[in-house]
Order: sequence, then C-alpha cells, then structure tokens
Amino acid sequence: MTAATAEAETARPPAGKEKTATKVLRWLGRAPIHILLVFVGLLWLVPTIGLFMTSLFSAEDVNNIGWWKIFTKPSLATFQNYQDIYHNESIRSAIVTTIIISVGGTILPILVASLAGYAFAWLEFPGRDWIFLGVIALLVVPLQMALIPIFSLYSKVGIFDTKLSLILFHTAFGLPFAIFLLRNFFIGIPKELLEAARIDGASELRIFVRLILPLGLPAIASLAIFQFLWTWNDLIVALSLARDTQPITVAIFSQLRQFGANLELIAPAAFVSLAIPLAVFFAFQRYFVQGLLAGSVK
Amino acid sequence: MSGASVTAEPPAKGAPPSAQAGKWRQYAIAAGFLAPAAFLLGVWIIYPTIKTIVRSFYGRDGSDFVGIDNYRTLFSSDTLLRAIENNAIWVIVVPAAVTAIGLLYAVLTERVRWAVAFKTVVFMPMAVSAFAAGVTWRIMYQQEPDRGAINAGIAAVKDTFSPTGVLSEAAPSSDALEQRPSGALTLAKPLEPGGVALLGLTRIRSEEVPATATQAEAPASKPGEITGVVWRDFKPGGGTPGKVESEEPGLPGVTVELLDQDGNKVQSATSANDGSFAFQDVPDGSYTVGIGASTFAQPFGGVSWLGSKLITPSIIISYIWIWAGFAMVVIAAGLAAISRETLEAARTDGATEWQVFWRVTVPQLWPVITVVFITLLINVLKVFDIVLAVAPQSVQDDANVIALAMWRTSFGGVSDFGLGSAIAVFLFLLVLPILAIQIRRFRREQGA
Repeated sequence: MTAATAEAETARPPAGKEKTATKVLRWLGRAPIHILLVFVGLLWLVPTIGLFMTSLFSAEDVNNIGWWKIFTKPSLATFQNYQDIYHNESIRSAIVTTIIISVGGTILPILVASLAGYAFAWLEFPGRDWIFLGVIALLVVPLQMALIPIFSLYSKVGIFDTKLSLILFHTAFGLPFAIFLLRNFFIGIPKELLEAARIDGASELRIFVRLILPLGLPAIASLAIFQFLWTWNDLIVALSLARDTQPITVAIFSQLRQFGANLELIAPAAFVSLAIPLAVFFAFQRYFVQGLLAGSVK
Repeated sequence: MSGASVTAEPPAKGAPPSAQAGKWRQYAIAAGFLAPAAFLLGVWIIYPTIKTIVRSFYGRDGSDFVGIDNYRTLFSSDTLLRAIENNAIWVIVVPAAVTAIGLLYAVLTERVRWAVAFKTVVFMPMAVSAFAAGVTWRIMYQQEPDRGAINAGIAAVKDTFSPTGVLSEAAPSSDALEQRPSGALTLAKPLEPGGVALLGLTRIRSEEVPATATQAEAPASKPGEITGVVWRDFKPGGGTPGKVESEEPGLPGVTVELLDQDGNKVQSATSANDGSFAFQDVPDGSYTVGIGASTFAQPFGGVSWLGSKLITPSIIISYIWIWAGFAMVVIAAGLAAISRETLEAARTDGATEWQVFWRVTVPQLWPVITVVFITLLINVLKVFDIVLAVAPQSVQDDANVIALAMWRTSFGGVSDFGLGSAIAVFLFLLVLPILAIQIRRFRREQGA
C-alpha cells in the first residue's frame, strides 16, 4: 500500500505558492474528514487492543472487570497469563505444531508451484494452455469437497493425525493460486535471457535454479507470505483431519466450550496466535499488498 | 495485477524444431517439472472432488446407494435450511457492505497525508486468522456492560440520555401506592386540593439514600395545594408502614407528578431534602399523585449480541471488520491508476464533485469493484471459522452457515459422510458459476 499511496502522491498536481490563509481555510474545510478517519481508525483498533488488555487480567479479574479499566488502573495488568501459557504443555506444543505446519506448508507449495509455473511459462508441450486453464479452474473447488475422502484416505494409508498429512493438504490447496501467480510472473521474464542460457547449453533445471528462481523472487516472496498466513490461520483442515496434532487455532477452539471459565487462557493464546501473523504482515507489508493485488482470488 | 502479468507474449518456440526425438525429450522435461504438482492436485483435489460427488449419493456409512435422499434431507431438515437461509443473508449483505465501505475509505483517504497509517490499521485484521478475530469479537460482545466493550459503549451513551433511575430497586411500602404498567407508582386514592400525599417506599439500601437526606416530616394540609412527602418508609426494627416515623429519612430529588382524572400530567415537583414536595394553585377536582417511571428505570442490562436473535448480525459485523481493509486497499490501488485528466476535464466542464465521483470515478473503478465483490462473494459462501469462534455452542444452530453445517454433519459429532458430502457438493455448485467468471476474466487478460 506504500507504493499505491506514493503514486497517488506524485500524481497530484504540484501545489503552487498559496497564501497561508488559504491553506488554513482549506485545512479547516477538510477537518471533518480527518476527524472521521481518526474515529474510524480508533474503532478498528479497539478489538485488538481489547484482546490484549483482556489477556493481561488475572484469572480472578478477567470475568469481573472490563479491560478498559486497565487504562485508569494499570496495576491490574500482569504478564502472569503469558508465563502460564508458556509453561502450558498443550499450548506450547500447539505453537510448535503450528510453526512446523506453516513452514512446511509454505516451502513445499512454492517449490512445486515454481516448477510447474516454469513449465507453463517457458516449456513446450501439447495442450499447455488448456491444462493451465484447468489448474486455474481448480481454484474454485472449496476444500470442503476434499475433507471427507482425504479423511478416509489418510486413515487407510495410516498418516491420519500427522503434521505431514496437514502440510500436504495445505500444499495441494495452495497450488492452483501459486501456479497461477508464478506462471504469470515468470512469463514476464525477458525471453532473450532464457534463449541466451539455452544457447549456452544450460539444462532446463539449471535455467530454473540459476535464472528463474532468483528473478522470480519478488513474486515468490508475496506468495510465501500468503501461503504462510493461510496455513498459520487454518482451522477447518486441522479440525477435520487431525485429532491430537493440534495447531494453535484448534487448541484455542477446544477451550472455547468454557469461554468464561478459560478466558485467562483463551485471551493470551489468541493474542499469541494473532501476533505472529501481524509481525509477518508488518515486516512484509509491501509484498503482502502486491500479492493481494496480483490475484485476489482465494 | 501489478507487474505480474504485464507481458503475456507467447513463449519461445523450442530451439531445434527439426528432430522428433528432441521434441519428445522436451515433453519429458516438461512432464518432470509438472509431475509433483500433478500428483498433489490429482490426489488432493481432483480425486476427492469426484469421490465426494459419488459419495453424496450413498448413505451414512457408504455401503448403500440412496439416490438423492441426502439432497432431500438437505432441503428439508430445519437445521440445514436455517444454514442456507443464514448464508443467503451473508451473501446479500456482506459483499455489498464491504465493497461500499472499502470504496468510502479509499476515497476519503485519497488526499490525506497520513493515509498509510489509516490503511495499515484498517487492513491489519486481514493478516489475522478469522478464528482469532472471532475470539476477539466474542470478548467484545459479552453481555454484561462492565465486561463487554460494545455494551459498555452503549451503556455510556444511554446513561447520558436516559439515566438509570435514582431508586431503581424501590418498591411501595403499603397498598396505598400502586404500580402502573409503565413502571410509575401512583397513590390508589385520588386527592383533592388540600389533600396530603404520603409516598412511602421500601427496598432502598441505606447506601442508596442520598447523603443530603434529612428526617422526613408528615406535611401539613394547605388549602389550594396538594402537599406530600416521599420517604424511606422503613426503620431498623420495623415501624408502621404508611406512617412517617422518626429515623425514617426523606428521599430528595425524586420527581413527583400530579395527574388529573384522565391521567394527564398537570404539574410536577421535585422532593426537597426532607422528602417534602408541594403542588401549588391546584384547581378544584380529583387528582392522582405518583412518582414517574423514570425514577425506577432499571440500569442497562446489555444487548444480547451472542443470543439467538442477534448472533448472525453480530458475526457479520466482525467479518466486515476483517474484510473492509482488503476492499479499501484494492480499490485504492485502482483509484491511484485512474487518469487524472478525465477528472480534471470533468471539473473544468463544471461538474460538481459529486457528479465527478459518480459519473467519472466510479465507472473507471468498476473492474476493480467487481473483483472485490466477487472475491467477497466466494469467501462469504465458504465462511466458517469466524462463525465457530463467535457463536457460543448454544446458538450455533441459529448462526449456522453451509460450510459449518458441512463440518458439523461430517466431523462435529453427527458423522454422516453421505449428508456431509451432499452439503459439500451443494456448496461447490454455489461457487461454480464464479468459475465461469474467473476463467473469462483470466482469458481476457491473456488476450485469448
């Protein structure tokens, strides 16, 4: 979004030399917009702040005192809950599970999709464009269509309730979008570069590793962020295809039944599960938005 | 489509076109590059899709063919119909609302210096899981106004306009006072000028008696006036109800009303520190004296956001919170790409800002708006996590949507894979028309 705003900024005609009075008047005229935006911005922040504040209450206070009271009485805040969930075996293993699934579920689809994306962009084979169209068509298959047969398949093969089985599911369902995005990016790489490499006798695999992957890095980066967040934030796949292999979302879900009684556990766990995607988002905002604009389909 | 699909030129023809063997070699290489993807897509998407369609015609355990029975159940069971109905509400409300809000924010922030900060804040929820966002909103939606932030906000606003009554718990001390349907308390016996009204109340805790209150006195009768006293008709150890006694304090600040025979308010007065009040210059006639309902107004108990009635709107609000940022960012990018000349030209021709917006800006934004709308349509049809997070177990039937019904039927206890498959197929059929749009869009972009 930084890029988009920068464009808008430059597109504006250069402001001539204005009298200060006119400037002030114009600023005053626009004041309602600023006030409205500040109000909306605060409104949008409240839930996240509320979750964080709630997570700071002790077990005794959390069901009796509104989180906003922390502003007037900061002594109510304690990091005890975070210490507790750090020592809570099930939450800790849930976070480790989430990390493993998310990392695996990001690297694998990118690897597979960039191979396929390269083939669709630069290799010759019959029916190429139709097959590519077919892959894009798979974008609309809701993952609900796969849950039941895959559940049975996993039980039969004996990989039900493993991290690998979840990674493979996320990989497959990440592929159509990933192939679509990477193929479209790879096809923009100048033809001359590839032909020069081919004339030099480089194998396709070598071209792929030495040329395509480095040049495709921007697209791969946005894709990685998307795929990571998608896997990290998943609930339905892990809830359906695993029992004891619980990522953090499922671990929180299993606490939700006693919402009131477990709030001192739910709130900090939810905040942790939300803090990591937020950190990723803030660190890679640019790529995130680029990816979003490249194909808002999933 | 920033930069990703700029040059869609046909790829290079293979270098040596002569040799047949070289061609096959090329195909083999391509097959090698495609094999992992083909395997994954085949086993995890294509095979299960076919399997689920077939499975939907079989019964619970998959051994007997039941024809379209599962689909019949889908359209006759109350729970599932409710899910379809709720999902219809989602489809009608959410894409339109989110697109409109996104357009509004994009336009408002267009020429604001700190737009990046605003956009970041509004966009932030997109990065977070719908599930965690749902948990966050569940905390916000708690009913007790001293815990749920939304009800606390409403309570604060409400208290400014209709404050909680000073004596919200009070009740009459004797039969002399009657409770009206409105909540007001009136004397059972009508009074004439010169009469005395004794308004005794109980069930008032000592700490609720204002500090300024002094000993109540039985007022004297005055000609042409109706006088009276409001007091706490209770003293430790008992006392006689309906009689002003020592140690019984007056209740200051209570609004007392004088009503004529038709129940119209003629006068009103506020009680003094000793609880006394007087209506002066009362014409002849028969009157009723009472304490207005506002005195007994109950404190705000909180809107039941998570109750069965409001649960779907509540979840929809939290969903809009998540997606508004997406709509805003995509539309803002479209907005930045609009040619400034057309806008300037329209302005020079004397168009108002409003006309410029609707006649020039919006038409140029239309493709972007369509993308946002369709994206939301797909996502709303498949909405799942957030419903499971916000809706407490007890109202999940009322909050049900198609994807949730599918999960609950298959994995959440019912374990009916036949019906679950049918629901999945139904969901698939709903998103299928969007496939056509998606592919058309793709082919147009490829110039095919």
